[in-house]
Amino acid sequence: MSESKPGTRDPALNGTRNIRVEMLTRVEGEGRFHLKVRDGQVEEATLTIFEPPRFFEAFLVGRSLFEVPDIVPRICGICPVTYQMTSVRALEEILGIRPTAEIRNLRRLMYCAEWIESHVLHVFLLHAPDFLGYANALEMARDHKALVEMGLRMKKAGNTLLEVMGGRAIHPVSPRVGGFSKAPSPKRLLALLPELEWGLGAAQETVDVTNGLPMLDFEQPYTFVALDGGKDYPIEWGERIAVTGRDPVALEEFEEVFQERQVPQSPALHARLPDGTPYLTGPMARLSLFPDRLHPLAQEALERTGMRLPVLNPYRSIVVRAVEIVHAFAEAIDLIRGYRGADPAYLEAPLRAGEGRGATEAPRGLQYQRHRVDGKGLILESRIVAPTSQNQARIEADLAGLAPEILAMDDAQATLRCEQLIRAYDPCISCATHFLKLEVERG
Amino acid sequence: MSTGNEGSTPAAGRGSAVAEAPASSKPRLGVFKLASCDGCQLVLLDCEDELLAVAEAVDIVHFPEASSHLAEEGPFDVTLVEGSISAPEHLAQIQAFRKASKVLVTIGACATSGGIQALRNFATLDEYAERVYAHPEYLATLETSTPVADHVKVDYELRGCPISKRQLLELLTAVIKGRRPEIRNESLCLACKRYGYVCVMVAHGIPCLGPVTVNGCGAVCPSMGRGCYGCFGPKEGANTRALAERMLAMGIPRDEVLRAFRFITGYAEAFREESIRHE
Repeated sequence: MSESKPGTRDPALNGTRNIRVEMLTRVEGEGRFHLKVRDGQVEEATLTIFEPPRFFEAFLVGRSLFEVPDIVPRICGICPVTYQMTSVRALEEILGIRPTAEIRNLRRLMYCAEWIESHVLHVFLLHAPDFLGYANALEMARDHKALVEMGLRMKKAGNTLLEVMGGRAIHPVSPRVGGFSKAPSPKRLLALLPELEWGLGAAQETVDVTNGLPMLDFEQPYTFVALDGGKDYPIEWGERIAVTGRDPVALEEFEEVFQERQVPQSPALHARLPDGTPYLTGPMARLSLFPDRLHPLAQEALERTGMRLPVLNPYRSIVVRAVEIVHAFAEAIDLIRGYRGADPAYLEAPLRAGEGRGATEAPRGLQYQRHRVDGKGLILESRIVAPTSQNQARIEADLAGLAPEILAMDDAQATLRCEQLIRAYDPCISCATHFLKLEVERG
Repeated sequence: MSTGNEGSTPAAGRGSAVAEAPASSKPRLGVFKLASCDGCQLVLLDCEDELLAVAEAVDIVHFPEASSHLAEEGPFDVTLVEGSISAPEHLAQIQAFRKASKVLVTIGACATSGGIQALRNFATLDEYAERVYAHPEYLATLETSTPVADHVKVDYELRGCPISKRQLLELLTAVIKGRRPEIRNESLCLACKRYGYVCVMVAHGIPCLGPVTVNGCGAVCPSMGRGCYGCFGPKEGANTRALAERMLAMGIPRDEVLRAFRFITGYAEAFREESIRHE
């Protein structure tokens, strides 16, 4: 195909080595990174985002709360359901709506579909080529056609479930404050079972395939953060947030505990715990904190891998995602089997002024939203915290941790290693950019 | 397969013209993004049944979201551009994309209308930046978010938030074959009638932009029991004034009518003018 852009070395600085990638590929959105090593010590490790700001939190002001679930998914085309589900949770708290069990199950089902679509996209099309030495999945398909076709079919199974429930897979239209504009008929969902059951088998195979990939040794001391979903694996619901080795955090305390701060020499804000500790949210955090809440079939797949918990090697996240794909297929099948319809499809309540918070687990990690409305239901203030802006400080710390290993490599190898590490977090730069208060200083 | 979604037609599916192009004359495809959510380029990766065939038929030389090969300088036979012109660097970028491309196609509501971020065009930027950013002086952003066609010549546009998979495959097939893509200018209402969806406005009094919005999605919103919110933008010759009058007559408050037109494609001319009428 065409030339790639390797990292460049700056020979002018004696004893100093700069590794830069100007355009991160196979990630959502646009960013670059820079690692500066001097005499074996990391001087700087920065992941920079150069997506332009789109001002979502500003133009939400003055819109009706009923419009929010149609607006916020436009922040990210990869995980629109995350934005919808987090927003309705916060907005329903304002109105005092407690969704019925049927509605909550449908939301969880739709969220499972998004996990399947997003995780399979990442595992097969974005991440696996790194392990097998290809620049993209299409080239990988020349040598591993059956594998890529299996991934595409699994992804389609997730997208088809999204289409049936939401009208379309990207920016689905049925989720609304109180429930769904229309609930799917049990018959339409049951018709999807054969393909989802195939997907479950394929997901189990994916766990074994990913577990057999050549894995690099690299462990980091992670502080994990994940939504505590009660007895269920953390997905669409939770009243508090679990943190490795610390007290759980109530939603009301989110903004006090997970602080976005400015870091010297960097215009970006990074979320850290009050004592400055960077933390990690996402599949490794969920699995490490709540392995016993996985679906039994996903637990079985996990045991087969022999993976030790907590998972401290970020490259292993591809296996963790595969385990979560098993969970999502298995739980989707259970939810469809138990579904008898949802009537009413949504609940209503009189408008009133107030403030509400919601948190859910996007495929790539914890998302938080807070909205405040006036008596007419018009937004006065919104705050949205996406997973990648929370993970950014941790990603940079990991890049710094990579330095001793890459010093012995040539530039092309070192660059690839850094990129591969960043991709392991499935960063969503489109999401992160809209919330980093200060991002890029552009001339 | 999907509710009301038109999916892929036989004309554009696997084994069609896309797969038959001779390997020696593979057109070079570039995919770029400006200010956007990545959803429209994801539609290409969501063509699960057709993706490998598309990759056989075209040489995907620049698509950072999917591949580590980069060739942003081109040349390209076909370029898909997602996103709006929203930051200073976009002004030079879009000129470069145009120069490097034989056929330039804008994909999605951002590229074709300025997108939802064009809501800032109706406010002052200072007001916005101060609300979101602690130090707005560091922000390099344009006052407005505008469609690509305001800056360079655009050969074809695919509307929608997101675009339709069927229309994307039709467009790629047509460009490969050297014919014009068949993308109709019909209102969403026609799709509802074709699929037999109950009119949400007539039957339930739900406001719907279907009469003035171009079809492309297959009327997904009415199929889900709700009104269209216009994410494919106005159809040519849309009578927005008549629809707004009808909505007001139904008892919908004027500020809601304004917001209905000032939404995801609110900066598209017909919708923009209608919302301004209700200020």
